Amino acid sequence: MSVQIWTFVFVFLTFGLYIGIAIWSRAGSTSEFYVAGSGVSPVANGMATAADWMSAASFISMAGLISFLGRDGTFYLMGWTGGYVLLALLLAPYLRKFGKYTVPDFIGDRYYSQSARLIAVFCAIAISFVYVCGQMQGAGIVFSRFLEVDITTGVIIGMTIVFFYAVMGGMKGITYTQVAQYCVLIFAFMVPAIFISILMTGIPIPQIGFGAELTEAFGGGYLLDRLDGISEELGFATYTEGQRTTRDVFFITAALMFGTAGLPHVIIRFFTVPSVRDARRSAGFALIFIAILYTTAPAVAAFARTNLISTVNNIEYTAVPEWFSKWETTGLISFEDKNNDGRILYVGPDYVGGSELNELEVNRDIMVLANPEIAGLPNWVVALVAAGALAAALSTAAGLLLVISTAVAHDLLKRSFMPAIAEKQELLYARIAIFIAVLVAGYVGVNPPAYVAQVVAYAFGLAAASFFPAIVLGIFQKRMNKHGAISGMLTGFILTAAYIIYFKTINPSADNPENWLLGISPEGIGTLGTIANFTVAMTVSKFTPTPPREVQAIVEDIRLPGGAVTAN
Amino acid sequence: MSDKDAHEYWKSNIKIVLSLLAVWFFISYGCGILFVDALDTIRFGGFKLGFWIAQQGSIFVFVILIFIYIHLMDKLDDRYNLESSKDQIDIAEEDSQ
Repeated sequence: MSVQIWTFVFVFLTFGLYIGIAIWSRAGSTSEFYVAGSGVSPVANGMATAADWMSAASFISMAGLISFLGRDGTFYLMGWTGGYVLLALLLAPYLRKFGKYTVPDFIGDRYYSQSARLIAVFCAIAISFVYVCGQMQGAGIVFSRFLEVDITTGVIIGMTIVFFYAVMGGMKGITYTQVAQYCVLIFAFMVPAIFISILMTGIPIPQIGFGAELTEAFGGGYLLDRLDGISEELGFATYTEGQRTTRDVFFITAALMFGTAGLPHVIIRFFTVPSVRDARRSAGFALIFIAILYTTAPAVAAFARTNLISTVNNIEYTAVPEWFSKWETTGLISFEDKNNDGRILYVGPDYVGGSELNELEVNRDIMVLANPEIAGLPNWVVALVAAGALAAALSTAAGLLLVISTAVAHDLLKRSFMPAIAEKQELLYARIAIFIAVLVAGYVGVNPPAYVAQVVAYAFGLAAASFFPAIVLGIFQKRMNKHGAISGMLTGFILTAAYIIYFKTINPSADNPENWLLGISPEGIGTLGTIANFTVAMTVSKFTPTPPREVQAIVEDIRLPGGAVTAN
Repeated sequence: MSDKDAHEYWKSNIKIVLSLLAVWFFISYGCGILFVDALDTIRFGGFKLGFWIAQQGSIFVFVILIFIYIHLMDKLDDRYNLESSKDQIDIAEEDSQ
């Protein structure tokens, strides 16, 4: 069977499964809609969190980025996993004990202020919406590549499916659908990785194959030594050495970690388990499920890089494999025979003969999708990767849409502007909000303004600079008051947003290390925003009145896991 | 639970969190970023140590840290008879704001 037929089969089977689950677990009440009635087991919740968290970016592009960045790619790996330690130790158990639906709920109640709630709603919607656009775009690319339809049709198919089960199920439907999606995506990521590891090193565990010797067919020697060797020979940076400054890597890693711990769609997952103990466990299980993919990704990156260079460099253009021509038609691989010798010369910036001799451009986003084809794996494996990529994109999009709908219906209408609203009506508004968000996100997915893809990564910086300090201080600093929290959130958010907007849209030509503040790239500025937020909040709270007694009682209450002290 | 117990409980909690975060910081920012070049001079198998910690080892340590936290907190809860940390907490359906 051809790749396309296999893709149809997998996509139909998996989507049938997701939709079936969404119908079976249809939400009846607002509590079920927002937090699945808080009845989800920690293991299931861990899987759902993992699927929610690992988006098209983790599945499709991260390994590809690392294979071009080498050791510098580390900030994605550590940044996007290390944040779970912060989440588990500093946020999850306390927010669960707090026992409300959303992050703006916590900010609004803890800081006894409608303005604080509204700022939090604004941040949550902005961060989540930027993310959704990226997922719609990702789903559109996968559909259009493997079903051979144009990108608009691809995005519309994705929109319809996401809308259907996000609206039907709410959190209950999403949680169990995400469990299924986790299984699909991890299977789809691991199967080709294991195949390639066996092929290249004879070892079935990619994490070990990563540090093992290549088989005779691939020329022997340790994989990473070989990769360093061919990279240097062709003028690419040495794979296992870093290029960016230590300070920048430090700041980017920190921004991704704090951002992970401040993302509303991840935090909200810990409201869905029954108890405080389960919230702690849930974070642990989530990280195990995430780590399976995140420890495999760098191995995939190294395998793919080695394979790509040895497969395409210095071969006759007329003799290129089939996958090469297929991706060439998408424009994501391009070859220009500059020296007219009919052979592909693939060299990097430090090539002795000069980097301008390079004749091949490879888009890094195709590495994971093309990897099974490059390694010559069976058609069904290639199709499986497409199904996995869709699972990753759709599960994250659904989780994000839920945050947006909750923010609009619950935080904005019920808690701020229409407190008398009935439960039925609130659910209706939640669903209308999803509908509008899907339409707008779909529109952006079809007509991506150049900056959307970049801004996705910056959403982390924004989450880090706004939510993370406000929540942590709200739990660990009883003295923290609304004046401190509000001025901190505003400082962090505005500083980070202004820096990113300046370098990415107002003055992109200045975006280089000489002009960066303290040598920190826009990717890492969220860390500075976080520090500014903490500093401003602490200082302002010193000179303003202490929070009211009942608020201090809330803080005392969330610090104890049991129901011993009651706040309300 | 008395005020004094609650205070003691919170102090022990902070101690657990801070010591685990120290390890978290040392492994990720220390070994994975600040001292990575020095550690790269040590090799095992096909890996340079610093590179391995940055791309694989740190992630395993993160998982282990969370499970140590779960274990220590469960023990702490039991010591203070906070069996209720296992109880279902209802999400407030109505609130009087």
